[in-house]
Amino acid sequence: MIIVKKLVKRFGLKVVLRGVDFEVQPGEFVALLGPNGAGKTTFLRILASLSRPSMGGVSVAGYQLPNQAAQVRARLGVVSHQPLLYGDLTAEENLRFYARMYGLANREARITEILGMVGLENRRSDLVREFSRGMQQRLAIGRAVIHDPEVMLFDEPYTGLDQDASSMLDDVLKNVAAQGRTVVMTSHDLARAEDLATRFDILSRGVIAASAAQKDLQGGNLLDFYRKALAG
Amino acid sequence: MAVKTQKAAAAVQNASVPASPNFFKAMLAVARKDLTAELRSRELLSAMLVFSMLVILIFNFALELEPDIRRKVTAGVLWATFAFAGTLGLNRSMAIEKDRGCMDGLLLAPVDRSAIYFGKVISNLVFMLIVEIVVLPMYGVLYGVNLFQPGLLGVILLGSIGYTAVGTLISTMTVQTRMRDVLLPILLFPIAIPVLLAAVKASNGFLSGAEFSEILAPLNLLIVYDVIFIAIAFMVFDFVVEE
Repeated sequence: MIIVKKLVKRFGLKVVLRGVDFEVQPGEFVALLGPNGAGKTTFLRILASLSRPSMGGVSVAGYQLPNQAAQVRARLGVVSHQPLLYGDLTAEENLRFYARMYGLANREARITEILGMVGLENRRSDLVREFSRGMQQRLAIGRAVIHDPEVMLFDEPYTGLDQDASSMLDDVLKNVAAQGRTVVMTSHDLARAEDLATRFDILSRGVIAASAAQKDLQGGNLLDFYRKALAG
Repeated sequence: MAVKTQKAAAAVQNASVPASPNFFKAMLAVARKDLTAELRSRELLSAMLVFSMLVILIFNFALELEPDIRRKVTAGVLWATFAFAGTLGLNRSMAIEKDRGCMDGLLLAPVDRSAIYFGKVISNLVFMLIVEIVVLPMYGVLYGVNLFQPGLLGVILLGSIGYTAVGTLISTMTVQTRMRDVLLPILLFPIAIPVLLAAVKASNGFLSGAEFSEILAPLNLLIVYDVIFIAIAFMVFDFVVEE
């Protein structure tokens, strides 16, 4: 579903990604872990077609980036630590706007379905700026899946959430993944990643330093695996 | 479990991918979204209106001139007011997209990115025209000039189109910088000089009752400027928003 070969990304003289090789099978949930500045967000932005690779090949859902970016974007949902929602619009107006941008035909039914999925059907007519951070993040997930994407990218979705909001987001994320979507999520929260993902890749110094499936982790100790990968 | 996941994955893969949205529908969606948000908050319009009224009042007290001279400076005062107020609106309009990361949300949509540009131009133009509709009668009362002449209104429309076309493109660039508030007027005004000069000349022509042949040159310049900048923006907007 996602194939990345020898991906390099430079910002001027600074090299952020130094030849990343990465592959995700359909239906996999991959947690991309790594310290601050490892290049996780840059990597996700390239997968999302928001940033051009300096070198290397990127293919998402069978389409090449950056040449077939529109086809990739039609099959992709992105959730970042920012909700990408308009505070002066209501929840349903935000979803309606994005539904129009994705050219959905059955907009109203889909909006009702999405609001139900993220547990905000009672707040559909409320302005987003009145929402708590957790509610905004749930609506952000609704925005990201409104066009029923095959691939989901989550960039630190738990940033700024309290315990209750994080638990709610867990449920929404599990629901999204259970629908068979391919998911790549960056996170600093190893416990959450361990709970959700089926595979763990560690991005360090601009390359994938280690990769392991959940079932291959001895005793399920992700922390040890993470430390060894960074030390190596 | 693995089989279940694979089946679900196949189901999502087989799900119908939404049809690529129509360029015009996406453009109108962006404009409609901006107008709905602004009608609710009125942040941008109220700032533009208050600013315009203050500029008009300041000019009114500063230029205690003969009625004839007042008539001669009308076009200059009007366009200075529109340009300053327009800059305020352009800055705010793009800042709303940038501050909450919404620009990424727009760029993630599978549409031709110039549809986003034209949607923003439409909403910025509507905001500018609303300000102009309020400013014109107020100016007319203060300065004793009848501004509701079809020719002048046409010039104001053409000038506003050119100003918002180039302003939206420049504000998309400057909003990504730390000094966006300062940078927009610094970059925009030199590029907008041809449209402002042509608009002032054409407006003066209509206000002074000049022959149409005298007004034709600045009017042509306005039209050419609008066409050129809209074409340039159509071609380069994708590169402007790309990282």
